Parts: sequence; structure tokens; C-alpha cells
Amino acid sequence: MKNQRTILLVDDDMDYLFQQKLHLERFGYKVITAEGQKEAEELMNTIKPDLAIFDLMMERDDSGFILCYKMKRKYPDVPIILSTAVSAETDMSFGITTEDERKWIKADLYLEKGVLPERLQKEIAQLLKK
Amino acid sequence: METLNVLVVDDEFGIRSGVSRILRNFSISYPFMDEDIEFNVIEAATGEEALEAIKKNPPAVVLLDNKLPGIQGIEVLEYINNNSLDILVVMITSYASLELAVKATNIGAYDFVPKPFTPQELKSSMENVAKHYFLRRMTRKLHKEGKQVRFQFLTVLSHEMKAPLNSIEGYLKIMQEKQAGEKIDDYEKMIDRSLARIKAMRTLIMDLLDLTRIESGKKKRELREIDLSLVIKSAIETMMPMAIQRDVTFEFNNIVPANFMADSEEMEIVFNNLVSNAVKYNTDGGKVVCSVEKNSSEIIIVISDTGVGIATEDLPKLFHEFSRIKNPCTKDIAGSGLGLSIVKRIINMYMGQIDVKSTPGVGSSFTITLPVLPTVNQITGL
Repeated sequence: MKNQRTILLVDDDMDYLFQQKLHLERFGYKVITAEGQKEAEELMNTIKPDLAIFDLMMERDDSGFILCYKMKRKYPDVPIILSTAVSAETDMSFGITTEDERKWIKADLYLEKGVLPERLQKEIAQLLKK
Repeated sequence: METLNVLVVDDEFGIRSGVSRILRNFSISYPFMDEDIEFNVIEAATGEEALEAIKKNPPAVVLLDNKLPGIQGIEVLEYINNNSLDILVVMITSYASLELAVKATNIGAYDFVPKPFTPQELKSSMENVAKHYFLRRMTRKLHKEGKQVRFQFLTVLSHEMKAPLNSIEGYLKIMQEKQAGEKIDDYEKMIDRSLARIKAMRTLIMDLLDLTRIESGKKKRELREIDLSLVIKSAIETMMPMAIQRDVTFEFNNIVPANFMADSEEMEIVFNNLVSNAVKYNTDGGKVVCSVEKNSSEIIIVISDTGVGIATEDLPKLFHEFSRIKNPCTKDIAGSGLGLSIVKRIINMYMGQIDVKSTPGVGSSFTITLPVLPTVNQITGL
């Protein structure tokens, strides 16, 4: 397919990964997956995706944040979605709406896990348009 | 239906009516609450009005702007703190005053919502606040009844229980929409995975039951003399089908009868966990070596495997609840993350000790040392 966009999808839940990959492929994207921070970092060395979606808690509680940071340092122009169920389940509450938060959370969008695939598609399309 | 009173303090009419409108038809439900939670919004345009409303009828949550015409929001927060009122304060503030919001959080504000906020942002903050409020209330109640509840444990547990449900739901939706084809065979892998997640969830629930039984102290422990070497042999028998599948063999190295005063069910939990780990985390064609030694003062049991091993940096958290070591070697192994923490608890109850030595890629060795002949009184704490 011409102009097919590539998404790097990282999550340590293999079922979540499988399902998201299926949805994203249905929406016409090429999907590369990694099951953890380390694997994702290795992939980032050889591939520059058009967009990345990271889970937050993987090998480490802050794996997602670290991936965001490393990705932005290597490819500042690649939009990142940080996707996690963390804030709904723990008392942690954070967003990336304030300048201060943007300073340390290097993601473009923060999405709760479990959003409808269609919503995800909309958000991805928007980020890719920028 | 539970109703939480929310006092919104802001001199802007738009914000107050906005909050009222957003929260009017908003309700939250939690798996651990019988009832849904609704919000009743009370409005105050100044700090003085807010204090009056708080004195009259303390709300559960105060949404507090700092910049107010008279006294400042931070002073309202101080009043709440100084009077130790059971109120959760959420600062609503513009970006420019983020520093203030941080200060407010330091002196007791629970959260802050940057202004301008979307309905979704307000809702998700209220969700957190309400959950925190009820967890706190529940904890206090349980404390009063002499029970303990651990926050961390509950939140992690809810994550561990929800992950498999989400994944099974995801697969079912894909099947419902026939996204992978018309034939049932197209979904074979998804069905297998769903069943695997259900199985894992069942293990988690069983482990959880073990844990509550141990923790609650409700169940009467039946201490009698049992031979631990037999308990280990029976644990091995239980794991035999899986061991055969993976071509893992068992070896006994110096196994002697070891009579010990204990609750047999508890000892079964300990050795079933250790033996099943030794098989699960082994490599195909690997070995499990058990030894039981006894001298006049202690029983020493060693269960070693030739499995994936544990990295040195992961060892300290090995016995923590839900601290499953995640790496490519363990990703396909099912586990609740509770097994070893349960084992340690039980061993501790018998004043024993559990130690682990491990080399990644070579194997792990768990050693249990149990003091012999503690009197019944020592064990039951009488």
C-alpha cells in the first residue's frame, strides 16, 4: 500500500498487543510490536515509525515514560501516545495538559486503556496530520 | 446510590455552573462498592461563603480556586487542614499558578485540575477523588473492626483482576464483529488465549483465598506432626503431568523423613508453590532436585531447578506481592504473582526462613530452614 504509515506498538500484555494490532491493521496502518521496553528500544535503533503507542508499566513502573523520553530524543517529530490503565486504578493522577507536565512526560497524548478502537483511530489520524 | 457533596469555590459563575452541569448526570461505579456514586454540587463564590458552607455541613470534596475576591483559596485549605476535617480538596487553577498548586498539594490538597479543564478532565479527577474517599472511609471502618486493609494491595489487585477481563472482552468483541473471518476456526487462537487468561484468573483467585485464609486467622489451624518429605513427594506427584509434558525430571538428593508440627494445608501450599515454580520456570528437559535434611535443631529443605534463573537486581522483590519478574524468559509462564509471598508468610509463621540463590540461565535454588520442635504455644502465639 502506498503511503502506509507505520505504528510502533509496545505493551507487555500479549493479548492487548494482539488485539490492538488487529484493530490498527484494520484501520490501514502497518504495525510493529514489542512486548517490553528493552525490545522497543532495540527496534527504535533500526526503525523510525510514524507514530508510537507505549504502555506505561512494563518491566519497570515507568518504562513508558522512559520510552517516551528516548523516542523524543532520537526522533523529536514522531508523535507518541501513552496508553495505560494506571490513573483509573491507582490514586495517581496525571495528564499532559500543563507545560510543566509536558516537560517531563514526553508524550503527545495520554489515553486511558480501553478506549474504543474508533476513538484511538481518530486520535492517531489527528496526530499524524500535524 | 451514594451521594457525595461537592463544594465548588470559584468567583467565576461560568466555572461553578460548568462544574454543576458536568457532575449532575455523572456517576461512578466500582467493583468493590455495592452502590454507584453520584455528586451533589454546592456553589460558593468567595472563600468566606465557602467557610460558611463547610462549617454548616462539611462536604466530601472541595473544588477550590485560589484566586478569590476576599480570602484566598489556600486559606480555605488551611482552615480545612487545621480543623482536621475529612474533606478532600482539589485545587482548580490556571497554568500560571502551577507553583501554587504544587504548594497546595504539599500542604494537603489531594489533587489539582488545571484551568481551563474539559468535562473529561474534571470527571477523571472526580473519579480518583471519589475512589480515594471511599477507600479511605472503608479503611477506617475496617480499622475500627480491628481488620487491616492495604491500599496498595487493593489497587494492584484490581489491576490484576481487570487485565484478564479486558483481554477476554477484547477477544469477544472481535468475535462478535467477526473481524477475523466468518469461520469459528479463524478465532482458534483467540479462544485459546481467552481460556488461558481465565485459567490464570482462577489461579489468582485460589491464591487470594489462600492468602486471606492465612491473614484473617479465622480458620482454625490444625497443628499435628507431619512428615514434610511426604508433603514434598505429594507436591511432585501433583506437578508430574506438567513435568512430563516439558520433559522435566525430579531427583532426590538425600531425602529423610522429617516430622514437623504444622498445619498440613499450610505445608501443602508451601511445597506445591515451590515445586510448581521449579517446573514452570525450568527449561524443557531440565531437572528439579530436592533434598530434605534434619538435625537436632532444624529441618533444611532445598528445592533447586535448572531453569531461567533470577537476575540479582530482581531478587529483593521476589517475595513481594504481585512482583512477577517480567522478562522474555518468563512472559509465557502463567502466575498470579502471589505464590512466593504466600510461601514466605507461612514460613515466617513457623519462625522459619526462606533463602534463594540464583544464576540467570543456570537455575535457582530455594532453601527453607525450619526450627524443629517449637512448642505448640510458640506457634499459636499463646
